[in-house]
Amino acid sequence: MENFSVFDIIGPRMTGPSSSHTAGAVRLGYIARRITGAEISYVKFTLYGSFAETGRGHGTDKALIAGIMGCQPDDPRISSAYKYAREYGIGVDFVYSDEPVDHPNTVRIEVEDVNERKTSIVGRSVGGGNILITEINGMSVEVTGDYPTLIIQHRDMPGVISDVSRVLAQLGVNIAYMKVFRHGRRDADAYMCIESDNPVTPDMQDIIRRLCPAVHDLMVI
Amino acid sequence: MSYDFSSGIELVKLCDEEGIKISEAMIRREEEIGDLTRDKIIAEMRLSLRVMRESVKKGLTEKVQSVSRLTGGEAMNLYRYGDLDPFSGAETCHAAAAAMAVVEVNAAMGRLVAAPTAGASGILPGVLLENAKTRGWDDDMLIDGLFCAGAIGMLFARNATISGAEGGCQAETGVGAAMAAAALVELSGGEPMQVLDAAAIAIKNIEGLVCDPVAGLVECPCIKRNAMGAANALISADMALCGITSLIPFDEVVTSMYSVGREIRPEYRETAKGGLAATPTGKLIAAGIKRMNGRRED
Repeated sequence: MENFSVFDIIGPRMTGPSSSHTAGAVRLGYIARRITGAEISYVKFTLYGSFAETGRGHGTDKALIAGIMGCQPDDPRISSAYKYAREYGIGVDFVYSDEPVDHPNTVRIEVEDVNERKTSIVGRSVGGGNILITEINGMSVEVTGDYPTLIIQHRDMPGVISDVSRVLAQLGVNIAYMKVFRHGRRDADAYMCIESDNPVTPDMQDIIRRLCPAVHDLMVI
Repeated sequence: MSYDFSSGIELVKLCDEEGIKISEAMIRREEEIGDLTRDKIIAEMRLSLRVMRESVKKGLTEKVQSVSRLTGGEAMNLYRYGDLDPFSGAETCHAAAAAMAVVEVNAAMGRLVAAPTAGASGILPGVLLENAKTRGWDDDMLIDGLFCAGAIGMLFARNATISGAEGGCQAETGVGAAMAAAALVELSGGEPMQVLDAAAIAIKNIEGLVCDPVAGLVECPCIKRNAMGAANALISADMALCGITSLIPFDEVVTSMYSVGREIRPEYRETAKGGLAATPTGKLIAAGIKRMNGRRED
């Protein structure tokens, strides 16, 4: 049985009206901003399921924009997010889709940064303000955003997982959760999603690249 | 010695053995299970108390309107009416209005503290802050009240549910009322067992209450149910303080609330497919909310 803290019961401190449709949406936007990693010029949000049905009434649209602007769920600026986006020169568009999806509170966030680089993220709000990112640029992932997250694309061969975990251990990074994926063919690249207790700094990322030649790409959220 | 109690009976035993109140047991439990020091734990709750106070004040003094434009401003009216010899008595009427105020602020995208959820966030601050005015409770006392309420809420979360999607409205405004009743009893000098009785009585009063929000929004009937939850908390606390006990013990009331919640059909658990949401008017409102999607926001 889950061991609740008193602050799970009296809390969180948040901007209303809904932990899933508002607080969770802020976090989805915020994570999309972190994944993008550069200044954002334009965002298109496609809302599905209950997000599309009742999103406007719950302020899901404002919450997503606020998250993209870097707000946390208790930020008082959430209700005027459209105004802030205009002031900062960020273009936003919303599509309300009736396409069926696996989870009722799903959003696709397509971001364009000032270098015209595009990032596409799919995520869901799973209740109580908690979220799950399920796709980044077409790649399936499972990122909760509760911990610093390292996503590694690597050659699908024996020993890569132990190489990476050994290097992380030497760097003093403790792994909280770890998942490994493969998409389709056996000879294609595989992926690791590592949630750690402490952040993986840019220096550490270089060391991983240097010491683990099977690692093709690496992203930190 | 572990303070990580998992039932009402364990909690009362712990309090008796140590000669402490429920709030103190909850603070010690938090020190034991979390990373925060005692001072940090209390400081964190003080921050939440401040946000609670701001949310009540905002709802009672500013003209709030929900994003859907369906609700807002009624809490302020009820509060003023509370001075005009209301049937429920001035204190009850004011507490009910303060509870509504928080949930109106919630619907208007204002800031609040979930207690235990956003949809039930008005009951605890409404009841505590209004009574603090007339009874002279200071912030340190109110913080104790919040820890006591948190202990009761934690037992529901642990042994039942505090999610409307899982257990209906009884799990949200029901638990909110039980938490508020508990805090009132402790702050009035009641014994730990009386605190449990008050919480048990509050849940029994509304056991089986469904979650049927119109258009899926946290507005109708949620806002008025927070007013009712405040009244429920006050009456339940009074009953326990005058010595009335719950025939069914607290822990059994918790499990019965859970089993009833699981029996509630999904249409009546936050899906907005049954009850008030499925009335002709409810459906009309839902269609209007969906049409908002086509309009640009200014």
